[in-house]
Amino acid sequence: MRNAIALPLLGLAVILQSAIVSQFSLLSGYADLLLVILAAWALQEGVTTAFHWAFLASIMVSFASHLPWFIYLLGYCGVVFLALALQRRVWQAPLLAMFSVTFLGTLFMHLLSFAYLRLSGDNLPFSDSMGSITLPSILLNLLLAIPIFGMMRDLAHWVFPSMEER
Amino acid sequence: MKDLLSRTLQTSIIFLVVGGILVLAFGGFFSSASNQLTGGFVSAQTWFATRYQAIQQFLAAPRDIATLRTRNTELEAQVAQLQAQVINLQQAVNQTQILSALVNFSRTNPENSYVAASVIGRDPSPFLHYVIINQGSNGGIQRGMPVVTSDGLVGRVDAVIADAARVQLITDPASSVNVHLKNANTDAMLQGSVTGDLSLDLISQDATVEPGDLILTSGLGGGFPPDLIVGQVVNIHKLPAELFQQATVQPSVDFSRLQIVLIITNFQSVDVTPLIPTTTP
Repeated sequence: MRNAIALPLLGLAVILQSAIVSQFSLLSGYADLLLVILAAWALQEGVTTAFHWAFLASIMVSFASHLPWFIYLLGYCGVVFLALALQRRVWQAPLLAMFSVTFLGTLFMHLLSFAYLRLSGDNLPFSDSMGSITLPSILLNLLLAIPIFGMMRDLAHWVFPSMEER
Repeated sequence: MKDLLSRTLQTSIIFLVVGGILVLAFGGFFSSASNQLTGGFVSAQTWFATRYQAIQQFLAAPRDIATLRTRNTELEAQVAQLQAQVINLQQAVNQTQILSALVNFSRTNPENSYVAASVIGRDPSPFLHYVIINQGSNGGIQRGMPVVTSDGLVGRVDAVIADAARVQLITDPASSVNVHLKNANTDAMLQGSVTGDLSLDLISQDATVEPGDLILTSGLGGGFPPDLIVGQVVNIHKLPAELFQQATVQPSVDFSRLQIVLIITNFQSVDVTPLIPTTTP
């Protein structure tokens, strides 16, 4: 039942992303709050609902974005998949896993968006997209990674209390 | 008789002695002695006074600190309240200035009818240049309506829901606007880019374009009404081998500071897509 926190949390994240985070740009890139939240959530121990969160987030964010929902769904599910794969391999260094997922997830999401827009006929030079959007966005996402990871860890403890606490 | 004489003599002598002492004192002959005497008194009085004040302060201090703390808290609360008021008033002044400019703009263009809207968000994807406004179909907004500010053209409405709409900015990479260069008296196409820069394409090689030339919407294609200010030419790229000239453009609108926009509601955009010939195999 505590998993229902996903609805208000992701809703708030979409609002913050659209109203505030998108205003703080570095060159032409800006952070993706939802991506970082999903990555941090999927990396928490005991979390079994990361794909559900990714589905919800992609539906919510597609209301505000011109990009179609399936691009977000593919991108966010890819981030969650990456996080779950890395969690098993670098479970002793969660922050390292967080940075890796943020880096690779942002890259994956941007390549997906780039591919879709190019196929739609938009004029997007690859070098400009990488230099002005993707790399600054990765940097901003990495800056967000540590505080978001801490917040999501606390949230995971609340949603999935350990057996001793129960 | 003898007693009376002796008493009078004694009194006179006392008066004379006292008077003499006073005359000597006023004359400054006792200054060193009086200084020592008064100095001792002053020192003693100072010692007692400072000790008394210290004890008084020690006894009265707790009450004063409590009073001062309360007062300080009150004043801090008042300062915070006043700062909030100042911020609110500054925002109100900014909004009033923007609205005043928009009213002036609508007065100078009375042929159009407008609906004002606030910009409440941006597209979450950094690849796209879209903004979200707080007016939708309930406010009479429809897809394709042009969006402007007092500075010039902003874009067009891309999607509408009941109380909000998404506006494609002219800086979006997928945006293209037919424009007219006023000084060169020629038409061109304005295109956005992924970095938000604007460029002009399809300028005839015969046209004489110079930096600073004003760019207006031409109205061709039916997407925008004519004669809306778009920006100014900054650089021209003219190569003899090319079919057309190209130019970079400085937009008249500062897209990073969009707060309030006007939607032209009496303009019906024309969808020319069915008229564009498609290649058949």
